[in-house]
Amino acid sequence: MFYRENGQFKRTYRQDEALLPIAQDRIVMLALLVFAFVGVPFLASNYLFLSILNPFLIMALAAIGLNLLVGYCGQISIGHAAFMSVGAYAAYNLMLRVPNLSFLVALVLAGLIAALVGMLFGIPSLRIKGLYLAVATLAAQFFIDWMFARVKWFTGYQSSGSVSTPVLNLFGWQLDSPVKKYLFLLAVVTVFTLLARNLVRGHIGRAWMAIRDMDVAAEVIGIRPVYAKLTAFAVSSFYVGVAGALWGFVYLGSWEPLAFNINMSLDLLFMIIIGGMGSILGSYFGALFIVALPIVLDRVPAWVGAPLSTAMASHLASMIFGTLIVFFLIVEPHGLARLWAIGKEKLRLWPFPH
Amino acid sequence: MKRHLPIIILIAALLAGLAAPLATGASAPGFFVEVLLGGLMAGVLYSLVALGFVLIFKASGVFNFAQGAMVLFAALSVARMAEVMPLWVAALLGVGIMVLLAIVVERVVLRPLVNQEGVVLLMATLGVSYFLDGFGQSVWGSDIYEINLGLSKAPVLILRNVFQGGILINKDDVAAAVVAVLLVVALALFFQKTATGRALRAVADDHQAAQSVGIPLNRIWVIVWSVAGVVAVVAGMMWGSKLGVQFSISQVALKALPVVILGGFTSIPGAIIGGLIIGVGEKMAEVFLGPVMVRTFDLAGGGIENWFAYVLALLFLLVRPEGLFGERIIDRV
Repeated sequence: MFYRENGQFKRTYRQDEALLPIAQDRIVMLALLVFAFVGVPFLASNYLFLSILNPFLIMALAAIGLNLLVGYCGQISIGHAAFMSVGAYAAYNLMLRVPNLSFLVALVLAGLIAALVGMLFGIPSLRIKGLYLAVATLAAQFFIDWMFARVKWFTGYQSSGSVSTPVLNLFGWQLDSPVKKYLFLLAVVTVFTLLARNLVRGHIGRAWMAIRDMDVAAEVIGIRPVYAKLTAFAVSSFYVGVAGALWGFVYLGSWEPLAFNINMSLDLLFMIIIGGMGSILGSYFGALFIVALPIVLDRVPAWVGAPLSTAMASHLASMIFGTLIVFFLIVEPHGLARLWAIGKEKLRLWPFPH
Repeated sequence: MKRHLPIIILIAALLAGLAAPLATGASAPGFFVEVLLGGLMAGVLYSLVALGFVLIFKASGVFNFAQGAMVLFAALSVARMAEVMPLWVAALLGVGIMVLLAIVVERVVLRPLVNQEGVVLLMATLGVSYFLDGFGQSVWGSDIYEINLGLSKAPVLILRNVFQGGILINKDDVAAAVVAVLLVVALALFFQKTATGRALRAVADDHQAAQSVGIPLNRIWVIVWSVAGVVAVVAGMMWGSKLGVQFSISQVALKALPVVILGGFTSIPGAIIGGLIIGVGEKMAEVFLGPVMVRTFDLAGGGIENWFAYVLALLFLLVRPEGLFGERIIDRV
């Protein structure tokens, strides 16, 4: 009914390989993008931008990055917030030390630096996997946390150890209001999402998935594990590093040491578990969920007339996260993205049974 | 011999690092021994948490990320209940709560996830740990509470004639060490001498074989999680009396991860020795290496102990992933 595909034939290989093969999907996607770029800036309030939409977009980018590693390549990491902080501090130092550097260039360079660091800490993945790798990435988390808190050079010799960033200026366009920040973030995230979608269905993404599904078999069919794993770490850290730079410059503005601590790493992991491992769309769902739930818990009880204390709301949030993780792992390991896919399949046929 | 070479070099380097402050005369022998003892005491506490990890990993192959949360939960329960009743009753009730928790975890989390990959189970215990953190703090409150074991906090001077100025140690540290030793002995007896213990070892060896000779896996898991819960109660009370019962316990307990990497996932002695190595290593690094690093690299302060354990574990992973005492794993990566 909603999804009539009659008459949509794939006549060429190009059509067969299209990102969104069904016309309705393309229309919905286009409408969504137009709405996000044109409609939302008029409709949403500053509060919505600052507390939900902007963090959601950045976290979605970070979750995509982690998903490339965990969901697509099967290498676990409990230290990805550390790579976010590498991106953030790299961008900060580039902007501080290189005169007249455009933020966009700094953003890409920060991503590349994060990719290098990520590859460095990804080296143990060549010898170990699973639980052992989790501890190795934990080492990255704590070491990098400490490094940025203690080595004065990184924070530009600020006595407090916290850093603050200037208002960003993109080709004469001041990024000073929440709406402008939102539009900038949306543009960046859209580009990177498109990139990720294409990456995972290309040669390299398939290599990652082969390693994830069975590393020995992948090696037999000619995939180099070293290359696949290290590229997964590099690309993943690149995404996460860019997200970290955005988080620092666009969302926080100024941040203290340990702003990117282990809890953030765990939150990222939760996003992809709840959203769906091995799914770009799922990263968005998970990020929205994790960003919005604490705010919902903070506000809804007050509307209903039974306000929770802040501490209680945060305990409740962590209980709900915990329960949901176990729930999704048991009931639907592919997360919200899978539920979405099931719903979509149903819609294609509805109201007919077949 | 060739296989052992890297690990021998690593251990030699560690020992050299240990002896360096003495050899270079950077510290007085008395102070050195004091730091060493302090490290050993901290190590005992790490060992207690690591013990819980190893027990669960041996019997069910689950890497229990929630052990830290269990320690916090147990400590919170005991501390709050001890406010209205004698400590020993509270401790017994705490054990009861942990057994209940073990039953719930087995029913709700482990049973539906049986035969899943290790990483999935790890993430599930991550969920358990978040749930426990939230649950414990919303039921028992999130302030800092005290557990008073009835030992005086005043440090005692010993060995006054051997070293100049003597050595200061805390009574509750000594108590923690004694309790840890007793606990390990009790666990060893339980594992070696009882029928249940034999069943547990069988399950640890081979799940399928154990099941096929009629050992009920589900009950074994409840037992082993309960034992880990008891260990968590003990560890929680020790940590609580030393640091106060607060959220940070759950984070400090993460240090048990490098401890089990160092000692080997499947080895109880490994957990103890690994804990001691990490405890001594990070104290030594903080006290003796820290100032050197601060001077050379112009740092804003020490704090090496935050990452020392993890980086040491990382080095171990690279040269000897099975740890000091673990079973050798042959696994293609």
